[in-house]
Amino acid sequence: MCLAVPGKIISIHDDGSLMKMGQVRFGGIVKEVNLAYVPSVQVGEYVIVHVGFAISILNEEEAQKVFSYLQEIADEGGQ
Amino acid sequence: MKFVDEYRSGESVGEYCRALAEITTQPWTIMEICGGQTHSIVKHGIQEMIPPELTLLHGPGCPVCVTPMELIDHAVHIASLSNVIFCSFGDMLRVPGSEKDLFSVKAKGGDVRIVLSPMEALEIAKEFPEKEVVFFAIGFETTAPANAMAIHQARQENLKNISFLVSQVIVPPAMRTILEFPDNRVQGFLAAGHVCTIMGTQEYEPLAREFQIPIVVTGFEPLDIVQGIYMCVRQLEAGCAQVENQYSRAVKKEGNLAAQKLIEEVFQIVPQKWRGVGEIAQSGLGLKNSYSAFDASTRFLLESRRCEIDSPCISGEVLMGIKKPDECTAFGTSCTPDSPFGATMVSSEGACSAYFRYKRVAP
Repeated sequence: MCLAVPGKIISIHDDGSLMKMGQVRFGGIVKEVNLAYVPSVQVGEYVIVHVGFAISILNEEEAQKVFSYLQEIADEGGQ
Repeated sequence: MKFVDEYRSGESVGEYCRALAEITTQPWTIMEICGGQTHSIVKHGIQEMIPPELTLLHGPGCPVCVTPMELIDHAVHIASLSNVIFCSFGDMLRVPGSEKDLFSVKAKGGDVRIVLSPMEALEIAKEFPEKEVVFFAIGFETTAPANAMAIHQARQENLKNISFLVSQVIVPPAMRTILEFPDNRVQGFLAAGHVCTIMGTQEYEPLAREFQIPIVVTGFEPLDIVQGIYMCVRQLEAGCAQVENQYSRAVKKEGNLAAQKLIEEVFQIVPQKWRGVGEIAQSGLGLKNSYSAFDASTRFLLESRRCEIDSPCISGEVLMGIKKPDECTAFGTSCTPDSPFGATMVSSEGACSAYFRYKRVAP
């Protein structure tokens, strides 16, 4: 139920209301998504989408940490 | 797909599992809160990959599963009325009420429509002004902003023919209830990543302190889950009890402030019944008085009534991590996804359904 899928913002239509919308690409599919809850989002950024709403902008730098975490732990242990 | 495929790398998952084996010195029991995480764990066989000393319990994090039977009965009642278009997320249609489910109402000609977003219900209300449109507004914190926006927008647009049957639940009070159980076995939590994208991580700090339990906010892909387990075990082995954030690519400490603002505008905290568990104080969101005109339960004058039915179903104990699905005598025999007793077998994220679909257990 809390399933939410990452997708890339390809366009934003902002009429200044609460109902800021944009197009988000998920793999090969493009959908209209409500962007009211990610007011700072830019075209090209990735968002997590749940029931038609973007709820979070994905942080590229943080996204890499899962791949370096074990090495960091090992380095800490070795110091 | 970016942000999906790389988190399903068998090689990286394997590295974490080997690292886990190195740090695990004794048995630990960890509960993942969210049904999406349960689904991922069972589907990818994560329990079988991690050291045998580690037990994963499946938590109450499936709003479809915990929506009270009484509310399903209310939904069935409203959906059966001739002038109503009843809109719901698809998962809810097969959840059994005390007598029938929404799907059977639809089968008998009721106008029950599956929507992918609550905003679709608003469009339907505008398209059919002569009809009463009702949206079944269920969900955890993750879905609350979407439901709040639909309700807020209905008021902004002065729509008279739409109302909302609300069953919104909040996770931290349920975690407290689990920890206060005399039979509690949970020693660490994987908190629900998408819930935390909205609410942030701060509200878990008091729980970690009071119960001296590590809480790791965790994502949903296999790599997220094994890293979450690793972070949790690392804390347990070191005697720590902190809130950590594995899912930092999506979750900020303060959460989503714009979403929280609209939730506060529309909802207030109320006591909430959880199916199979009972009432938990301060664990739900109800409409504020300023939005009461959109409350379907008053518009259709629904009376609260107690409805429990005799059933061998142990879904309440499954939801609270006391039992696993395959400990139920009905599992896979008289209770299957085609003919479910409890919501944990209906919802695609319910623990029983995940075990039935992916796990080879003898019935």
